[in-house]
Amino acid sequence: MLALREVSKSFGAVRALREVSLDLVPGEAHALAGENGAGKSTLVKILSGVHRPDRGTLLLDDRPIEFHGPADAQAAGVAVIYQEPTLFPDLSVTENIFMGRQPRRSFGRLDRRAMRTRAVELFSRLGVPLDPDQPTRGLSIADQQLVEIAKALSRDARVLVMDEPTAALSGNEVERLFGVAGSLREQGCAVLFVSHRLDEMFSLCQRVTTLRDGAWVATDVIADITPDDLVRRMVGRDLATLFPKTDTSPGEVALRVERLTREGVFTDVSFEVRSGEIVALAGLVGAGRSEVARAVFGIDRWDAGRVHVAGRPLRAGSPTAAMAAGVALVPEDRRQQGLVMDLSIERNIGLTGLRWGLVSRGAERARATDWAIRLQVKYAHLTDAVTVLSGGNQQKVVLAKWLAREPRVLIVDEPTRGIDVGTKAEVHRLLSELAGQGLAVLMISSELPEVLGMADRVLVMHEGRLVADIPRAEATEERVLAAATGRAA
Amino acid sequence: MTTSTERTHARPNAGARAFVDRVARVRELGIVVALLALFGITGAVNPAFLSPASIRDILLNSAIIATLAVGQTLVVVTRNVDLSVSSVVGISAFGGALILADHPQIPIPVVIAGCVVLGAACGAINGLLVGVARVPALVATLGTLYAFRGVDYAWAGGRQVNAADMPQGFLRLGSADVLGVPLPALVALTVLLAVGWVMRNLPQGRELYAIGSSPDAAVLAGIGVRKRVLTAFVVSGALAGLAGVMWAARFGTVDATVATGKELDVIAAVVVGGVAIFGGSGTVYGAALGALLLSGITSALAVLRVDALAQTAINGALILAAIILDRLLAIRVAKALRKRRYRDAR
Repeated sequence: MLALREVSKSFGAVRALREVSLDLVPGEAHALAGENGAGKSTLVKILSGVHRPDRGTLLLDDRPIEFHGPADAQAAGVAVIYQEPTLFPDLSVTENIFMGRQPRRSFGRLDRRAMRTRAVELFSRLGVPLDPDQPTRGLSIADQQLVEIAKALSRDARVLVMDEPTAALSGNEVERLFGVAGSLREQGCAVLFVSHRLDEMFSLCQRVTTLRDGAWVATDVIADITPDDLVRRMVGRDLATLFPKTDTSPGEVALRVERLTREGVFTDVSFEVRSGEIVALAGLVGAGRSEVARAVFGIDRWDAGRVHVAGRPLRAGSPTAAMAAGVALVPEDRRQQGLVMDLSIERNIGLTGLRWGLVSRGAERARATDWAIRLQVKYAHLTDAVTVLSGGNQQKVVLAKWLAREPRVLIVDEPTRGIDVGTKAEVHRLLSELAGQGLAVLMISSELPEVLGMADRVLVMHEGRLVADIPRAEATEERVLAAATGRAA
Repeated sequence: MTTSTERTHARPNAGARAFVDRVARVRELGIVVALLALFGITGAVNPAFLSPASIRDILLNSAIIATLAVGQTLVVVTRNVDLSVSSVVGISAFGGALILADHPQIPIPVVIAGCVVLGAACGAINGLLVGVARVPALVATLGTLYAFRGVDYAWAGGRQVNAADMPQGFLRLGSADVLGVPLPALVALTVLLAVGWVMRNLPQGRELYAIGSSPDAAVLAGIGVRKRVLTAFVVSGALAGLAGVMWAARFGTVDATVATGKELDVIAAVVVGGVAIFGGSGTVYGAALGALLLSGITSALAVLRVDALAQTAINGALILAAIILDRLLAIRVAKALRKRRYRDAR
């Protein structure tokens, strides 16, 4: 029905898509797999008319077609549900659904009653009790996603494109969405499903196309392959290379935290990290792990306790003092806290090198180049804004920024969240190498395989207290989980 | 159909919920209350404030700013701003007056139409700069604010047009009454109702709100963002042209400095009227009420014998108060919506 033929698209020197072909067939759900930065989002934006391909053609019912903008794609029957909801927060749910193609009455007036009736119908079809008159500003992400889905449904789309629609949905909502997608498919609609969750692809789709580095890798019938096959296609190598922690012999104590307490957040937290050691801080979300890291780095004050870096006491509540002592913190949310998104790559890397607010341009550039190469950041120009990079590459820039200071203690908070499998392995290799060079690494992570694979020791927090300190040899999934959930370790 | 309505009614605190919804949707209520308080209190202190002559004065004074505020609202709703309106008023008032004085044979309606077209052309320049060339509106219209005024000065060359030079028929338009209401106020009201209807009932109007609410989403929804933004500026310019005619007819004496600085009064009226300065919400009715409130306050302060020098400060304080109140309400509403979401999630 809708097809891409050898489509290419570049942004600056970054080639986002290279001669990719894809066929969407009526009555079939097609999965699009690939790591972050593989070109999935670019492909979706070409289908939705946001980007125009540099080369190659789009075929609609075997005839070449050009989308000059989203309106053209919509007119052709393509409906897209984006990863992040694209709603108008000030307008009501109903208006959001019909914006751009409202039903009319005489004199071109909006037919509000018809709009509302149809909105209510759509929501009852989706089985969700949403108030059609409510402004979308107050809605949860999941509810906003449902409005997006209703919007797509209202278009009587022939092609439904879903770009990671399930990221914010709960189990029930995912099932309902899949139910709707399934019935649309049976009515002869073509579905393109983009997701990171393999199980969802396997339960919803019939065929899967894999992209890697912007190029087409394979198109398979889902029934003929296993999830492992698919991962291999996505990554281009076996998963066994993940978590490559090299054994090291720990040296001096680099970071010592003694009975650190912040009222109502964490209590009596004591631990040591030696140079050359990777210590994981595990626990459930909300156990107080990131808060400990923030306190050690001086962002938040602590009420009691002491922190020593390389044997010398650290002043409380001062990131400047922490940085001077050689502590670096790579925060959890890189967009909000780790990067100045609109600044260039070199500027971001140079940021922590500010001395009395001055930088030398030449030194900044030399340092940025050096680190970008060492971390294998993929970029077109060092002067590009960080926004254009993929998530994994952004994380590398954050790392580069701190590593450029040559810290003694590196605290990383969820270093691989939202990063694809391949880059993840690279970040792991990097952390492991850095530890090998004598850096003390404190890694906060919610991913158990990462914790178990990377850490020399696993500290577990539960409700603001440190409840377990497990050496690498004894660390198992069961023990860590038991401690994290408050059952005796 | 039934699920959502039943759900709303089934809530034990449906009253609180309805209040939150009302405040979220009808911000203008606050200004109406403020207006009533203003007239009530001032009238109680000095009943002369409520006399027909005094009310007529307030309506006349607010008509021009209200007309401009309606145009400004269209622009602000799209997350832009038009600072150049005062210069457009100036150029239109002077141009219109000059032609009427030098060429009395040209019919008055033609001159009025010409002024509106002149304003629309100025608006089109703004719209092209902002909508098409993507210059931030604050910068673009700050530039045209000076540029248009400069053209005005060059055209006038120090000349002043006096009431005696203009046809009596034209000047009468500025003060004539129709059914006891001054004509300029009627014109402003007509403009208000027409634009208000369009903004509520036509897709073009709703699309302006959509653009201001989320420009990126507007593009994805297939809305012609450039065209709409251009249109908003053209309408704002045209209404400024009309306001220029009203100015010339009302005051009679016109030189190149007419309406200097009025752009801030207009924006103040819009903001006090509950139009979000970052776009996406607010109505032209609110903006017009804001204009009425501000000129009412000026009159009230005069009636209450407040020192003229203190009036500016009081005006400023009231604007701040209006904005703070608006913020507080917005925060309250956001909080209520958040709580509601938690409740509904359970």
